[in-house]
Amino acid sequence: MGASGTGETVLAYDEAMAAYDPVMGLEVHVELNTATKMFCGCPTTFGAEPNSQVCPVCLGLPGALPVLNAKGLEGAVRIGLALNCTIASWCRFARKNYFYPDMPKNFQTSQYDEPIAFDGHLDVELDDGTTFRVEIERAHMEEDTGKSSHVGGATGRIHGAEYSLVDYNRAGIPLIEIVTKPLVGAGDRAPEVARAYVSALRDLLRALGVSDVKMEQGSLRCDANVSLRKRVSDDATSSEQKAVPFGIRSETKNVNSLRSIERAVRYEITRQAARLAAGRRVVQETRHWHEDTGVTTAGREKSDAEDYRYFPEPDLVPIAPEAAWVEQLRTTLPEPPAQRRRRLQTEWGFGDLEMRDVVNAGATEAIEATVVAGASPATARKWWMGELARQANTRGLELSALAITPAQVAELQALVDAGTLNDALARQVVEGVLAGEGGPAEVVAARGLELVSDDGPLIDAVEAAIAAHADVADKVRGGKVAAVGALVGAVMKQMRGKADAARVRELLMERLTP
Amino acid sequence: MATELTHHTAAQLAEGLRAQQFSAVEVTRAHLNRIAEVDGDVHAYLHIAGNTALATARSVDAALAAGEQLPALAGVPIAVKDVMATQGVPTTCGSAILKGWVPPYDASVIRRIKDARMPILGKTNMDEFAMGSSTEHSAYGPTRNPWDLTRIPGGSGGGSAATLASFTAPLATGTDTGGSIRQPAAVTGTVGVKPTYGAVSRYGLVALASSLDQAGPCARTVLDAALLHEVMAGHDPMDSTSLTGQYPDVVAAARRGALGDLGGVTVGVVRELGGDGYQAGVRQRFDEAVDLLTAAGAKVVEVSCPSFTAALGAYYLILPSEASSNLAKFDAMRYGIRVYPKGVDDPTAEQVMAATREVGFGAEVKRRIILGTYALSSGYYDAYYGSAQKVRTLIQRDFAAAFEVADVLISPTSPTTAFPLGDKLDDPLSMYLQDVATIPANLAGVPGMSLPAGLAEEDGLPVGLQILAPARCDDRLYLVGAAVEAALTSRWGGALLDRAPSLDREAV
Amino acid sequence: MSAISREEVSHLAMLARIDLTPDELDRMAGQLDVILDAVATVREVAGDDVPATSHPMPLTNVTRPDEVRPSLTPEQALSGAPESEQQRFRVPRILEED
Ligand SMILES: [Mg+2]
Ligand SMILES: [Zn+2]
Repeated sequence: MGASGTGETVLAYDEAMAAYDPVMGLEVHVELNTATKMFCGCPTTFGAEPNSQVCPVCLGLPGALPVLNAKGLEGAVRIGLALNCTIASWCRFARKNYFYPDMPKNFQTSQYDEPIAFDGHLDVELDDGTTFRVEIERAHMEEDTGKSSHVGGATGRIHGAEYSLVDYNRAGIPLIEIVTKPLVGAGDRAPEVARAYVSALRDLLRALGVSDVKMEQGSLRCDANVSLRKRVSDDATSSEQKAVPFGIRSETKNVNSLRSIERAVRYEITRQAARLAAGRRVVQETRHWHEDTGVTTAGREKSDAEDYRYFPEPDLVPIAPEAAWVEQLRTTLPEPPAQRRRRLQTEWGFGDLEMRDVVNAGATEAIEATVVAGASPATARKWWMGELARQANTRGLELSALAITPAQVAELQALVDAGTLNDALARQVVEGVLAGEGGPAEVVAARGLELVSDDGPLIDAVEAAIAAHADVADKVRGGKVAAVGALVGAVMKQMRGKADAARVRELLMERLTP
Repeated sequence: MATELTHHTAAQLAEGLRAQQFSAVEVTRAHLNRIAEVDGDVHAYLHIAGNTALATARSVDAALAAGEQLPALAGVPIAVKDVMATQGVPTTCGSAILKGWVPPYDASVIRRIKDARMPILGKTNMDEFAMGSSTEHSAYGPTRNPWDLTRIPGGSGGGSAATLASFTAPLATGTDTGGSIRQPAAVTGTVGVKPTYGAVSRYGLVALASSLDQAGPCARTVLDAALLHEVMAGHDPMDSTSLTGQYPDVVAAARRGALGDLGGVTVGVVRELGGDGYQAGVRQRFDEAVDLLTAAGAKVVEVSCPSFTAALGAYYLILPSEASSNLAKFDAMRYGIRVYPKGVDDPTAEQVMAATREVGFGAEVKRRIILGTYALSSGYYDAYYGSAQKVRTLIQRDFAAAFEVADVLISPTSPTTAFPLGDKLDDPLSMYLQDVATIPANLAGVPGMSLPAGLAEEDGLPVGLQILAPARCDDRLYLVGAAVEAALTSRWGGALLDRAPSLDREAV
Repeated sequence: MSAISREEVSHLAMLARIDLTPDELDRMAGQLDVILDAVATVREVAGDDVPATSHPMPLTNVTRPDEVRPSLTPEQALSGAPESEQQRFRVPRILEED
């Protein structure tokens, strides 16, 4: 029994899995990184002042008409191709009619029964190195809504608010909605599959260059549909198991980190299992994920009354992509991320575990660029997975957002290799670079961090240390060689770190042993 | 002088302005005076933009004095249907829900009119959101027919048609979703043209039914309509459905047609658009027009378009469906009026939307929104909306077959002359039947014109002749229309509108 | 036979976000019945082999280049707003996210 006060009763995961087989459907909304919105020329810059990026079209003013962004269409087709989809030879937009204050026209221009891309798949690598094929139902084009903030009430949340304030800057931003077919056969790895799929999708979209894929900014958002059915076989992929009809599903909205996706799916499995085990029904409803408490709570009940009255959008003409254009776009696809990962692992000579850690840390691109800039794969990995990962972590940043370039990391390593810096000094150089003091060479010069390679000042320091710590020196002379460490430390302190510790030790031993 | 200027055609005004016989300010002022004089009775205008119109006129006069080359209709005033967004000038679509809305942008058509240096006199009355055939469904009160102030001026563009028939504007704009340019033209003895779908940009026209709406010129003569058509039409990248490519020269066609020779032209009489449901006087004038076409050298044949009988049904499913979605944006959140529900503490956005739409929309609008919501709902989509879209295909096929044998098709524009105000208000279906002859063109996207065919004997009210042409062949409307007009005006010894009541206060 | 009930009209009015008085509901149910009766012929005219036409002109692939055009100013955008606050549209409380 787990979960916090606001959660429902849940069943232990193992117990849930022994009795039920989970089925998932994942809907991912990706914001394209076009310069302008899907149907108008307003800019898409993130974080602009409210209602400064709106026009008659995206504000839904009477009389305004949409015109499709060519780059948005291209992005949709490239995503479809990268997901191994069939590209429609003819399709239309549709209006999805429902009232909501953040939706300027009270219909969303979307695609319904004629998506631009359909019937694809994405092979997803799991933690144990096996591959799970996620079947893609469709990828279609649509537009985002505005953003409301809720005023009054205790928490700034929608419930209890007195009124809301709407900013339509985001309204009309191009979205691609990618919908999986029901994912069956994942068994107890369902939460992991969900996380791995979104992660793989994110890598793919990043490699395509079509989206910023920043989950924390909402440019990639995931809704997870989860249902349970009776377990009739130990093997989740067996045909008897697959023949069992699906259960009633819940839809958990807007889960905005990879870790949360895994947790939310896991929570839903244990929550639904507890209900079913108690002889209760799962309600078909929207649920909201709470990052802080790790539970989902009930939202709007999905009823049959929900009727979006879809019909072909008369203000946009049909899309009939020419085959030659589609084939030309196919040639622009990047190497599939999974394949690229295997290639790099071989080239770099990393072990499976090492490579997995690199991928999970999102360090692949950085290491690759550092190697290109001249560092060895092993040292590149050491930097990005060690000191730089630590620095990113304390700053709450992604690795790619750190203010140091792969070329600078390679330069730093070259200084270490040349004996100009030791590891400790190199870390200080990193601090300097991150503080905006310039490149590694500039920081070394400005902070005077270069190792002292001339024996003269070292010998002075060694003599001084022996004089100051005569008792320790005597111990060493008496054969307790290990005590020399304290003297080395004293010398290093005196030199403010800018000495090669091995050379210091050598000089001390020359003087204290026969 | 003032009366003279208001009774000039647009072509005459353009010529006089270029020859500096009178100034644009004089022309605009004459029309503003005429509005002040007669529009209290007619109520064709919802908003008068006198100052900006005079400012435009002054700039035209200055340019003319400086010897600048100006567009053909520079200085010729125009009235604009209130469905077109005009920056800085109220735009209500005849609806209470948009009371006081001042658009921050211009419709593309308005841009073109401004580029043509035409003073915009004001915004004309219309059935609310262009739903209706009588202009009685305006939240701001009906417009009256200048031929008989107790009768309707047609709709939805009754205001625009009435400005022409009451000589308060030489030109006006309209929009035609099922006949809203042509039927008002017919019942007011004026000329109205619905161009090929996509010929005139819809950007900035408050949408009724997107796949049917098309803006076009309203005028007193065929040539005037052609001159305005030329200003309004043309590709617009802001409208995805805007046509590209060559567009025929409608002005040249009107001038050629006025010569009166229709040799080599085959005219098809549509069997399904005539007969029993049509008023006797309407049928009589139509038959005369057929004789006249023959006399002008045209070959007249009968064609059959069997699917036209289902056009009205298809139209009253497609239109409400699209309208129910297009009008969803009027929700009290971003513009327009906001009404709080009575007796509800702390209402939700949803409740405010529903209360505003209850108060802000008139009965006909609500009726069509509900009907459209029904036709699109999941259980009924295939039976209603889906079937209607198939009928549309059949109607297009009928047109294609008819245009195999005929260059243009003709019919009466409207089955009746102007009916008395209030007559059909409680009978939506009989109101809908007004559009039975005009609707097929909208469903198929082909162009159509209505021009005066004379007065019905039984009531002395104008009858309209409708001409239809294949898509992108709008010039044929003008060729044939101008020939008919020339023959009729010579028979009448002047324009039909010369016989309309003067409306002058002195004369009453 | 009535094709559309009062309850159905009430549900449609909810979907369309229009409050209707009981009187209006009754009147509208009657009128819609008449209209639906009149338009019902469309269901018998076209067979399964007839394709539907959603757009009157057969255009395809109309797009615009991904180039920024001037937006409205926030003042223009908010000029018609019934209420605004902090350069945003102020709207009554919202019940539930969709
Ligand atoms: Mg969607
Ligand atoms: Zn915009």
